[in-house]
Amino acid sequence: MTKIGLVGLGKMGISHFSIANADPRAEIIICDASGYMLDTIKKYTGCTAYKSFDTMLEKEDLAAVIIATPSRLHAPMVRAALEKGLHVFCEKPFCLDPAESAALAKLAADKGLITQVGYHYRYVGAFQEMKRIIDSGAIGTVTHILAEAYGPVILKPKGKTWRTDRAEGGGCLYDYAAHPINLLNWYFGEPDRADGTILAPIFSADTDDEVYSTLTWNDGTSAHVSVNWSDESYRKMSTKISITGTKGRINADRQECQTYLRETNDTLPEYEQGWNVRYTTDLTQEVAFYLRGEEYSAQMYDFISAVVGDGGNPVNDFASATQTDRTMAMMITDHQSAPTTKRAAPLVAKKKRSWLGR
Amino acid sequence: MDKLLFGDNQFFGINHMSEEKARAQSMRFQNIENVISVLDAAYDEGVKTFMCTTHDRIALVCDHVRANPDKYPDFKFFPCMPYAHKYANAVTDHGMMGALTHFMPDDGLLKTALRGSVSLATKDIEGIIKILVDVEMKMFQGVQTPVIFLQNVIVDLLLGMGMKDAFKIFHDHVLENYDAEPGFITMNMPMLFETLDGLGIENPIICSNINKIGFRTCGGFDRYKEILENEKLRAIAMSVYASGAIAPREAIEWLSQVPNIESMVFGASSRTNIRSTRELVGEYFA
Repeated sequence: MTKIGLVGLGKMGISHFSIANADPRAEIIICDASGYMLDTIKKYTGCTAYKSFDTMLEKEDLAAVIIATPSRLHAPMVRAALEKGLHVFCEKPFCLDPAESAALAKLAADKGLITQVGYHYRYVGAFQEMKRIIDSGAIGTVTHILAEAYGPVILKPKGKTWRTDRAEGGGCLYDYAAHPINLLNWYFGEPDRADGTILAPIFSADTDDEVYSTLTWNDGTSAHVSVNWSDESYRKMSTKISITGTKGRINADRQECQTYLRETNDTLPEYEQGWNVRYTTDLTQEVAFYLRGEEYSAQMYDFISAVVGDGGNPVNDFASATQTDRTMAMMITDHQSAPTTKRAAPLVAKKKRSWLGR
Repeated sequence: MDKLLFGDNQFFGINHMSEEKARAQSMRFQNIENVISVLDAAYDEGVKTFMCTTHDRIALVCDHVRANPDKYPDFKFFPCMPYAHKYANAVTDHGMMGALTHFMPDDGLLKTALRGSVSLATKDIEGIIKILVDVEMKMFQGVQTPVIFLQNVIVDLLLGMGMKDAFKIFHDHVLENYDAEPGFITMNMPMLFETLDGLGIENPIICSNINKIGFRTCGGFDRYKEILENEKLRAIAMSVYASGAIAPREAIEWLSQVPNIESMVFGASSRTNIRSTRELVGEYFA
């Protein structure tokens, strides 16, 4: 069995642990600086556990690591793993400083290591279908995209966790908006400009709860980003992309991909003129183990397959996640250059701390 | 168990096909009277078991059934716990440990609270699981709950992690303290069955996707069929229509040929649909 280290036993880390551990090809070694979850899981599963990431890297003969720590800690841990020659799965957002993202993407590429970042929407059938239709050219030249995400995360002023602090990589931009932005990058590459960016708190003291921006590409394509994680009318996170082209439009969300074609197109023989609806339930391949949506399992098993040399083609490599980090950094810069309004999220200086201190 | 169990997805804006439909359902069912009127239609049609999450709004249904014992002598709840979003949101608010303590009772039940704090300190999940079950079951006091389920998100999380003891703890606690049968919902039926078998839990009640096209039968449709044919379990089929991909008659005819199916859970928002499902089940499972 291939040994894979997993660091960070928070909400995403535990989910990744369950999914990865269910894969018979992998043995998962766990690591977390705070002892409670670590000791409990160790006690009831018998898996090997470390409090120190460095010690785990040193003592275990790992093939890969899964990094699910608070975002601020991603960069140093990814670097340490890559320098040891390990393949890396990193939770999103990749790095808070896009220069670091680019450097780590280069380091991984130079060493020929397999990388994946947890942008699971690229594994959702409806969004994959959207990519296939865009690439076919059936909707003509894309003029505009509306990229949205809404959900009920922060609904009142509350105590602090790292998720409510932008310096730690928390907030609506890094947590929510990163997903639709990543899909824009997948479909259209990196935008050239960000304008009119609003990063505003609603209930949070130290970070943004709503994100709006106009992104433009030099070829004339434009996109509006509209994201709010303080919207209780949504039961859970809902991400939607709507694309307008000269020959049609596509709307996609987690459930379905609706396409309107003004005329039929030879590259998509199964699509007729007018509306065509494809459901994620039909578009999705079964996964060997299911926890919370096929996409979470698929992104992990794609990574593990590549690591063990059993196929696998991780679509969210470090280079692609770097595009998203750069787009978000561009939005922050644009926001900072705008006149400060009353609800503008405070700019929080990065704290200098060791990545083991929480 | 009745052959037909009435599910609750439609009442909470859960629709695997369309967010628009889900929102329309949320609007219709935000008034609890509309939920109760559909449950009444089901009850009149002879579908008397309501398999429901422990969502806060279910407490209103419990209140209604408790208040009208003459109207609902045979109304049974199959609670499915926990309502996962409640906990996921609490983790975002309070962190992992904060969320756990957040759900510990603070109503003066000193003994329970003590068991909780001791459990937390000793990393003993037995005490924690028992308390969480007790907290979730509070709303069902005084109504019939002959089967109590652990929801798939938590079952599959524990299953993947390999925290098998949790299943046994839940199983024994439900049997001993609620005079009820424990049940498990999963998206990974073969793996769960083998795990429960290994724990010595015999003839378990397992609710999983069982449908003609093998939609979301993780671990392999063939393995599902093998276990249903060769092993001893009380299977409850969900997603029988595979999110609308199979016509009801075809779906139910196929299901009636599968061995070991105790029940089928389905959702509907109208008396017409409830009746036609009941008639199909009556026809094929006769």
